[in-house]
Amino acid sequence: MATRSVAVAGAPPTFRERTQWGMAFERFRAHRPAVVGIAVLSALALLCAAAPLVSPYDPEKTALLLIYEPPSPAHPFGTDGIGRDLATRILYGGRVSLSIGLLAVAVAVSLGTLVGVIAGFYGRWVDSVLMRFVDMMYSFPRLFLLILFGVIFKGMTLPVIVTVLGLLSWMSTSRLVRASFLSLKQREFVEAARTIGASDRRIIVRHILPNSLAPIIVAATLGVAAAIIAESTLSFLGLGIQPPTPSWGNMLKDAPSEMDKAPWMAIFPGLSIFLAVVSINFIGDGLRDAFDPRHVLGRR
Amino acid sequence: MGRFVLRRLLQALPLLIAISAVSFAILKLTPGGPLAAYEGNPLFTDEDRKRLEHAFGIDQPVPLQYLSWLGQFVRGDWGYSFASHQPVLALVAERLPNTVYLMGTVFVTVLLLAIPIGVFAAVKQYSWFDHVVTGTTFAFLSTPTFWLGLLLIIVFGLQLRLFPLGGIDTPGQPFNLFDRLRHLVLPVATIALVQLGSHVRYLRASMLETINQDYMRTARSKGLGERAVVLRHALKNAAIPLVTVVALDVPELFAGALVTEQIFGWPGMGRLFWDAATRFDYPVLMGILTVSSALIVLANLFADVVYGYLDPRIRFG
Repeated sequence: MATRSVAVAGAPPTFRERTQWGMAFERFRAHRPAVVGIAVLSALALLCAAAPLVSPYDPEKTALLLIYEPPSPAHPFGTDGIGRDLATRILYGGRVSLSIGLLAVAVAVSLGTLVGVIAGFYGRWVDSVLMRFVDMMYSFPRLFLLILFGVIFKGMTLPVIVTVLGLLSWMSTSRLVRASFLSLKQREFVEAARTIGASDRRIIVRHILPNSLAPIIVAATLGVAAAIIAESTLSFLGLGIQPPTPSWGNMLKDAPSEMDKAPWMAIFPGLSIFLAVVSINFIGDGLRDAFDPRHVLGRR
Repeated sequence: MGRFVLRRLLQALPLLIAISAVSFAILKLTPGGPLAAYEGNPLFTDEDRKRLEHAFGIDQPVPLQYLSWLGQFVRGDWGYSFASHQPVLALVAERLPNTVYLMGTVFVTVLLLAIPIGVFAAVKQYSWFDHVVTGTTFAFLSTPTFWLGLLLIIVFGLQLRLFPLGGIDTPGQPFNLFDRLRHLVLPVATIALVQLGSHVRYLRASMLETINQDYMRTARSKGLGERAVVLRHALKNAAIPLVTVVALDVPELFAGALVTEQIFGWPGMGRLFWDAATRFDYPVLMGILTVSSALIVLANLFADVVYGYLDPRIRFG
């Protein structure tokens, strides 16, 4: 960042306007792991999106003469028990797993924000009822419920798994949003808005919500990682996305019985989950630091 | 304090009833049921169905069914498994100790390791030890439990042949402590490493915050040794929030146990739940859901009490 401090003799010093978001962006850019996370995740997402262009193989076509091929130049991650190219299936599976992560969080964050706004803004008995409900949702072992829904739906399609994951993961967002609404609604700028006759809706959407965005964004980012892990666990147990459609989780379903003859089947799909989740967690970490005004640029 | 505990227990009661009611409602949505075995049997007439539905009580409205379940549940009659016809209470009582044995070992291992590692990493912030710890914990936090289990089996079970691939002990042998411990290592490592990641990171962050407090300077300036300052003044304060974090992780512990029991063939409650779920055996599912959510609620309650005990600033009002 040396260029910024160089003052050219004679020229008047220039001042750049620094907005909250601009400063956050600069802090984010200085967070090296987060930037690497963005790069890795984008590369992974692009490869998955361009799967038909990247790979010459069909993800679902079997090749019975090429079963349990160890990794080789033709099949960089080897093949599975019915001769399908593992690398290709990982790319196609990534489309499913990454989409589920993003969409489930979209559902969870919308629902969580809605509940948090209502509880935090209106307070009183509405707040008590909603928060007791959140307590209750927290007291369920989430994986047990996921398994039950998996059994009810006899394995899940993408829309079902997105809905179920979303409906079971909105609670932390609602608590964050509620807490931030509780403190912000006491502030002078809300008072001021109310004095000039702004409606509840306008106060919520234009005045309070933008100020509670930072924790929502961080929670959402980390939520994507959690959703990817949840989906993969469920599909690994055989209750999520059903074969032959690949997902990173269901590709590992057969791994336990094949581990001694084809360990690559257990390693590579898991490695892609790990890579995606680690990148997302780094991004979330970077965002958290970036939004925290106590982190001053240049101190790290 | 006694009154506080009592009041929190009384508050937990409606929560537990609500949880069991919702579980009951969800289970009513599941297909199957006690008559599933007879469906499609040509000798099974509508009259038989009516008679059996009456015998099982499922011709009643769902809220009434729930109330009669609740009444029997508190009296210790948890119903009978549709699959094995054994009493649910006996099934759960048989499996729960194995899960508690697994989870308890994980819990103790994680705390014994997390505290020294977290403290040391914070005290030596930005040292190579701190960097290694921060990196490793981040990696474990991002690893799905089931995949970590598979990797541990491949490396330590199949390649190095150091540990058995599954089970709680070697079948058909008399009790042998060493054998038991060998079977414990991989399942415990699977859950513990992931949990260790989150707890170490939490404790490190909390220690770093405490280390910069004024009372740390005071403690040093009155001549206390570094050891006393770190352990007695910093750790004691930094560890308080950890109590809540540990309690909030209990559901994670259950999830970890279910996956791990599945991979390692561990005869615990998670496996029982899995078997019951795939057979639509809802008396068993209902029993497990109630027991595990009760344990989660109790863990939170316990954390609240311990928290208040450790932090005198919190008063039981």
